[in-house]
Amino acid sequence: MGYSGFRVLKEGLFGQTGWKPVWRDPDPKPEYDIVIIGGGGHGLSTAYYLAKEHGLTNIAVLEKGYIGGGNVGRNTTIVRANYFLPGNSEFYSHSLKLWEGLEQDLNYNVMHSQRGLINLFHSDGQRDAFARRGNAMVNQGDDAILLDRDGVREHLPYLDFDNLRFPIYGGLYHPRGGTARHDAVAWGYARGADQRGVDLIQNCEVTGIDIHNGKVTGVQTTRGAIRAKKVGIVVAGRSGQVAEMAGMRLPIESHVLQAFVTEGLKPIIDHVVSFGMGHFYISQSDKGGLVFGGDLDFYSSYASRGNLPMAEHVMDAAMTLMPVIGKAKVLRSWGGIMDMTPDGSPIIDKTGTEGLFIDCGWCYGGFKAVPGSGFSFAHLMATGRHHEPAARFRLDRFRTGRGLMDEEGTGSQHNLH
Amino acid sequence: MRIPCPICGTRDRREFTYQGAAELLRRPAPDAGDAAWDDYLHNRDNPCGEARDLWFHEAGCGAWLVVERDTATHEVMGAELAEKVAS
Repeated sequence: MGYSGFRVLKEGLFGQTGWKPVWRDPDPKPEYDIVIIGGGGHGLSTAYYLAKEHGLTNIAVLEKGYIGGGNVGRNTTIVRANYFLPGNSEFYSHSLKLWEGLEQDLNYNVMHSQRGLINLFHSDGQRDAFARRGNAMVNQGDDAILLDRDGVREHLPYLDFDNLRFPIYGGLYHPRGGTARHDAVAWGYARGADQRGVDLIQNCEVTGIDIHNGKVTGVQTTRGAIRAKKVGIVVAGRSGQVAEMAGMRLPIESHVLQAFVTEGLKPIIDHVVSFGMGHFYISQSDKGGLVFGGDLDFYSSYASRGNLPMAEHVMDAAMTLMPVIGKAKVLRSWGGIMDMTPDGSPIIDKTGTEGLFIDCGWCYGGFKAVPGSGFSFAHLMATGRHHEPAARFRLDRFRTGRGLMDEEGTGSQHNLH
Repeated sequence: MRIPCPICGTRDRREFTYQGAAELLRRPAPDAGDAAWDDYLHNRDNPCGEARDLWFHEAGCGAWLVVERDTATHEVMGAELAEKVAS
C-alpha cells in the first residue's frame, strides 16, 4: 500500500475507512534461513536491510511482545552524529546519512526533523573540548558550528545564561541533528521488511537457542521450535538473558534510564538542547509536549521505571537551565532498559558459536543508530564480513584492550557511562 | 528505594553509591590469565530478578554492603556487610 497526498485526501473524504494493516501477522514456519531475535528498531532494520541490500527474504523476526512496544517506542527520539572517536564517528555519520534518505527509502513518514542540536558548555576547558569534538565531526564530513554566548542566545533566548554555577559560555551546534517519530520508524521498517517477504512474528518469545557441534541450528520459542541457519540476537536490555541461552556472558549491565514528557504547549523549543553538566536534554514534540531526560539511575534494573532521586535531579537541571518551563505540568515519566557496556560503545559481532551473531550494547543511544545498526548487522550476517563503519564494534575489545571507544574518557569500566 | 544498612538502619537510596554485582568480591589471582580477568572486569550475569550487588554507604557509615535486591521490581530484600560476605 502506497502513501500519497491524494490518498490522505481520499481517506479524509471517506471517513478513514480504507486504511488496512500494513504488515501481515503470520504464524512461524518450521524453518528460515535467518532468524532475528528481537522485533525492536534494530531487529526490524536488520531484517529490512537483509532483504533490501542482500536479497535475503526467508527471514523471521521474533518479537516477544508487539512491534514498537520496546525501547524503540520508549526513547526520546534524538537523531545525531556528533561522536568524537574513530569507530563511533564513522558509524553514526553513516547512520545519519541513512536517516536522511529514510523516508524516501521506506515511503513512510517517520517525521525526521533536522531541527539542529546544541550542546552547551560552561567553561573555557569545555569550550576547548567541544571545539575539538566539532573539528572531529567536520573531519568526518558532518557538520558542527562552535557558537559563542551570543550565538547561542540567537537560537535559545529563553535559557538562563547567567546561572551562577553553570553560566553559558557557548554551544556546539550540529544543524543536521534533530528528532524523528520513534513509533513511525518501527512501523516504517516493519512495513518495508514485510513487503519484501520477511515474517514478523509477534507474541513469540525465544526460550532457547539450539546449538549442535558449535553451530547454531535454530531456536525454541513459545510458539514452537524454529530451525534456522543463522540467528541474530538484537534484544537490547535483555541481551544478558538471551545470550545466556547460548552459554554466553556478555560485557553488559542493564540499567534504567528515565524520560519525561509534559502537557502539550505552544512551540517554544525549536532545537534539541543538551545540558551535559546537568545531565539534561530536551526537545519539543510535534504534539507540543516537552520531551526530556537525564542520566541513568545508576543501578542495574529491569523495572522499566526509575526512582525519585534521578527524577528530582532532572527537574532541578531543567529549572537551572530554563526556568521558563517551570509551570509546565509533567504528564508522564517512564524508564527504558539500557544495555550498558564498559566503554559506553556498542557491539556488532560474531559470537563463539557459528551462525550466531549479536548486536547489542547501545547504552542510552540506540535510537539514532537504528538505520546504521541494522545496515551493518545485516552486512555482517549476510556476508560474514564486518561492515566498514561498524568494524570496530568488537566483542573482544574489552579482553584485549584494543579498540576501546570510551567517548567520555572515564575509563572502560561498568557503571562509569 | 531504601536500603537497610546493618550499621545505620534503613536509609534512603540517595545515601548509597552503586558499584556492581557482588561477584566483584571474588577477585581472580594476579596470574589467573586474561580470560579470567576479562570475565571478572567486564562480563556479567546481569540477572533479571533476584540480584546481589555492592553498594557503598557513602553518605552514612562508609561501609560496603552486599544488597539483595530484585532488579525487576526494585524490592530490597536485605543487606549485609561486604566484609562478612568476603571473609
